[in-house]
Formats: sequence, C-alpha cells, structure tokens
Amino acid sequence: MNPQTILLYDGTFDGFLCCVFMAYEQKISDPIIRKESQTNNQLFTVTEQVITQKDKAQRVWAGFKKKTSLNEQRDFFKAFLSEIKGVENTLLSYMRSAFAKEVNKNIDFSNKDILKISQVARMVGREKHRMEAFVRFQLTKDGLYVATVSPDFNVLPLIIHHFEDRYADQKWLIFDTTRKYGIYYDLNFVEIITFEDLTGISTKILKDNYSDQEIDFQKLWNTYYKNVNIKSRKNTKLHLQHLPKRYWKYLIEKNTL
Amino acid sequence: MSFERIREKLSILADAAKYDVSCASSGGKRANQNKGLGNNTGMGICHSYTEDGRCVSLLKILMTNHCIYDCAYCVTRKSNDIKRAAFKIQEVVDLTINFYRRNYIEGLFLSSGIFKNPDYTMERLVRVAKKLRLEENFNGYIHLKSIPGTSDELMYEAGLYADRLSVNIEIPTISGLKLLAPDKKHEDFIKPMEKVKNEIIQYKTERKIIKSTPRYAPAGQSTQMIIGATGESDRDIMYSATYYYKKFNMRRVYYSGYVPVLQDERLPSLGTQVPMLRENRLYQTDWLLRFYGFSINEILNDSHKNLDLDIDPKLSWVLRNLQLFPVDINRAEKRMLARIPGIGMQSVYKILQARKFRNLDWSHLKAIGISMNRAQYFITCNSKDFYKKELSPITLKSKIMKSSNSKYKKYFDNQLSLFS
Repeated sequence: MNPQTILLYDGTFDGFLCCVFMAYEQKISDPIIRKESQTNNQLFTVTEQVITQKDKAQRVWAGFKKKTSLNEQRDFFKAFLSEIKGVENTLLSYMRSAFAKEVNKNIDFSNKDILKISQVARMVGREKHRMEAFVRFQLTKDGLYVATVSPDFNVLPLIIHHFEDRYADQKWLIFDTTRKYGIYYDLNFVEIITFEDLTGISTKILKDNYSDQEIDFQKLWNTYYKNVNIKSRKNTKLHLQHLPKRYWKYLIEKNTL
Repeated sequence: MSFERIREKLSILADAAKYDVSCASSGGKRANQNKGLGNNTGMGICHSYTEDGRCVSLLKILMTNHCIYDCAYCVTRKSNDIKRAAFKIQEVVDLTINFYRRNYIEGLFLSSGIFKNPDYTMERLVRVAKKLRLEENFNGYIHLKSIPGTSDELMYEAGLYADRLSVNIEIPTISGLKLLAPDKKHEDFIKPMEKVKNEIIQYKTERKIIKSTPRYAPAGQSTQMIIGATGESDRDIMYSATYYYKKFNMRRVYYSGYVPVLQDERLPSLGTQVPMLRENRLYQTDWLLRFYGFSINEILNDSHKNLDLDIDPKLSWVLRNLQLFPVDINRAEKRMLARIPGIGMQSVYKILQARKFRNLDWSHLKAIGISMNRAQYFITCNSKDFYKKELSPITLKSKIMKSSNSKYKKYFDNQLSLFS
C-alpha cells in the first residue's frame, strides 16, 4: 500500500496553487492539502513541505483560466477564502475535472464538487455582502474612519474594491480582529496591515479618540433606527434571520450608547 | 448645529416617512467621480433591519410633515393633531453625508408633506439633491418623491440629480381615491409619472447619439399602493399594478398593508390586523409576473378574483391546471420548469446547465436544492420512481400543506383538519 501524501503550504492562495502544481508534476494521485498551521497526526502518511513560488502558481492559474468562465474563477477563489477544513481537496478535485474537460461554457451542476464549490462560494459571497453592509465606521480625532470586524470567512480581500471605490475621499481602516490583519486606505492606495497587539484598536481606546461629533452622530443614527420601526408589524423571526445576533456587536443601533 | 433639536426633528420626520415601504437602493449605477464620495453599484445594500424585519438601506425622511391635504389614510393629514417639524436644506445634507461616511446608509430617500403648493415643495426636495451632487460631490443613491401636481420643468430638474423618482398612487382604484383623498386628483399623480417616463425614453435615445447627454433618473421610477384600506379585490390591485408596469415602465410597484393609524369611518378601525399575509401573496404574484413568465390573467381572472391565502399563487395556479403535469425535468422547456412548485429561477438555471451533461435523477435534484416536498408530485426525472397516484387538487393541497412549514401555518391548521 502506498502511503498517502500530505502537502503542507503556507496558507496563501499562491501556496495552494503550488500544491496543485506539485500534485501534477509528481503525479501524486490523492494528496491531502493542508495549511502548515494545521497539525498532522495521521499514521502511514508522507508529509511534504511545498514552497510557494509565484511563477508556478501563475502557470496553474493561467491554465485554469483557459478552461473556465470568470464566474467560475471567482467562485473558486471565494471557496478558497472560506477556510473550511478540507476545502483545498475539493478545490483540487474541481481543478482536475476542469483541466480534463473540453472548453464548455455550461456548468455541470450535477457534479458534486462543482455544486459544492458553488454553494461554498455563495456562503462566502453572502458574508462579503454582510461586511459591506454591517461595517460601521467611527471617526477618530486624526480623521481616520475605523471599523473592526470578525467575519466568519476571510473576506477582507473581497471587499477592498468596494470600499476603495466608495470612500475615495476619506481615510479608513477595516480590521479583522480574528485574523489579526486589516485593510487601510490612505487616500491613494489600499494596504494590508498587520499588528499582533490589538489594544490600539480596542473599543475603549477608540472611544477615547473619537472626534468631537462622533457620539452625536451615533445618537442620531440610533434615533433614526428606532423611529423607522413599525411596532404593529413586529416580526422577530424575520429580524433575526436578516440580522443574526453574531453581527450585533458591530452595529451601533443594536448597542445602547 | 444643535444636535438636540435635530434629534427631535429626525424622530418626528423619520416616523412620518416610515409607511413608505420602498427602500431599494438598487437598479441604477453611478460611478464615483473625481475621487468624490460614494458610488452606487446597482445591486443595493441593506445596512440594517428594523425589528419588523424590513430593510434599512436609505435615510428615509420627510422634509416636513406640514401638509395642506387631508387624506384619510395618512398620518400627516392636515386635521390630525400631531407634532409638526421641518428640516432645513443644509440639515438634510449634513445628515446624509455624515451617515453615509460611516457606512450607515446607501443614500437618501426624501419625501415631504405638501406645504403652500406642489411646486414650492418639490423645489426644496430638488435643492437638497442638487446640493448633494454639486457641492458635496456625492455619488450615492438619491430617491426623491415626485409631488403630485408638480410642473414639468421641476420634474425634469429632479431627474438630473435623483437616481429614482416615485409617486405613490396609494389607492389602487379611482373611486377609492375620491373617497379617501377628496382633494387629490388622479391626473395629478399621472402627470409627473408621464413626464419622467418620457424623459427617460428621450434620454435613452439621445444617449445613443451623444454620449455626454446628462443622465436622467437612472434607477427609473416606482410607486406604492395601500392594501386593505378600501374594499378592492386582489384582481383590481394586480391589474392596476400591471397597468403601471406597462404604461409607465415602472421598476417596482410596492404593496403596503394598511396600518390603521387614525379613527375614520371610511377606513378599517384602529386595532385591525395589518394584512401581512395578503401583502406577501401579492408580492409573490408580482414576482411570478416579472420573473417567472406568468401573465396576469392566468393568476387572477373573473372566476378567480382573489389570491388564496393558504397556498402561494404558483401552487394555486398549478392545482387549477393539473392536466399540464407531471413535467419531465430532463426535457421540459424553461418556461415550464419555472412553473413547477418548489423550483425557483436559480434552480431552473442550474437544471438547464446540468442536464446538458447527463440525465438528472432525484439525487441530483435534491443536491441542486429544489424543494422536494412540493416538487415531487409534479415532476418525473431519470428514475422509475415517481408519484403515480391520481392527482386531485384537494388531496395534493393537503399533502403539501402538511409537509410544509410556513410561518402562517397556524392560521390554517384548523381548516386543514376538515379534509384530512
């Protein structure tokens, strides 16, 4: 019996594509692709460290692009960002069937990998959309609009474009407190920034640094939110369906000042 | 600005605006220009939801709730004894910009009670929009109410700055309007709609020749009807809705269950339940007409004047047309797939793509995500196993209702036990 191969990569998308490259190059039939950070405790396996190389990643991606539509490529990337355990293996199997097929603009939704990827991509897309909706900027004394989030999936890369385009004339920072990195716009470009020590953006420090009118506008928003509600149509189930409780921590209108 | 005063005004004027159900921020695209503020991607974002489950996308307020009219269904009617307030133009601009910068909203929805006369009122709404666009370089969404009776010149100007314009027809029938809003004329509602429609058509033709033609109301126009205030049937409502969709190229018609706010012998009494289920059925019908290829007389006609409350309009149509079923999933055309209960347009799309690769069986259909408890009685697929019993409308209806879980189910449980 051949031992199963485990390919470890650094967690980046390029790193993952290099695993695909290796699987083809060394004809590894059923590898398990896994992030370095996830420990391996399986018996009878061979572990290989995959080094991320941009040119190899680009070759794989270029090949994938030739066989698929823009939507499929987007879904593929979104599914990767879901960080769901084992998604890399579904993605590999998806890629294999994409490379094997004739160029065809129809999508085979009766193939279980394709269906799975499209469903996961939908979940990630929904989370992306929620971040676009539920981010609440707070203006600090130095003119920076700050928001902290902790999305279910790693969606910050997907929302950069939206915020860059929309808030082109103000400095802003959106920080993912779970993954400990943020996206920062300085009026020219969006940069990815990381800091291990999160006290600088804790709620308390932020509040001490509010600009003069920040609290007033938050109060006005709360007043507005309260007054648009129609009491005789109360529908808690629907309310929670649209606005699950795990998002309330971001929302000024859901927290009393 | 004095925040306390603004806060008081905001509470009064948001409260008065909330019965306007439209909160869409979708349907019109506007790019961010010269690194200004905001954009509109055309897909719309709901930034929050109220406890009644409705989306909060826009800052929806009245300019003022002073009004010269006395429409029976309206909270701000002249004869109602309530607190009145009015915003200054700059105040609305500041609120919009500051809410927008904090990502609270997609833009502004500005309506107004009518003070002095229609043109005077409309002019103030237009000035807010103009200031936002020209002075603040704001590219977010702006929805202005077209005040009935406004002159064509002002309507033209409004469309240059607004993304969407809307006139609420409110009462679906002319006779109902006479009864409840005696000061308003039907023609006054129609005139601004007509103007906006013609401007949009003209814009589109000119745009083909001269690229730089100024944009005119890119998100089109919409209207709203109150449901259950006068005794109109669902057929009356949906026929008028269809009329507005066709005649004025409406993007949306909204249906708003009447919320009793005033005691008046012409109206349902205070404490009457808001007809939310009926409203829901009307929206379902609206969707069937706009996206599922149904025509209005299939769903509502002389022998079927009102929608069933206990089942949705699609299932209701199917039960009246059982001779067309079962449908073969692997062969039927798109139009017929869309008519199967439990299959939405997303699933139709997936079925059409997937069946080019292989004949689909039950497991494929389940994985695609169609609702089996409804669809199973009406389809055949690549399997010998399917529902073969005699199809009778009553047994099917009770089978489906038993297995489905609707939030309205509690209202119908008793009726059901009579048949089963």
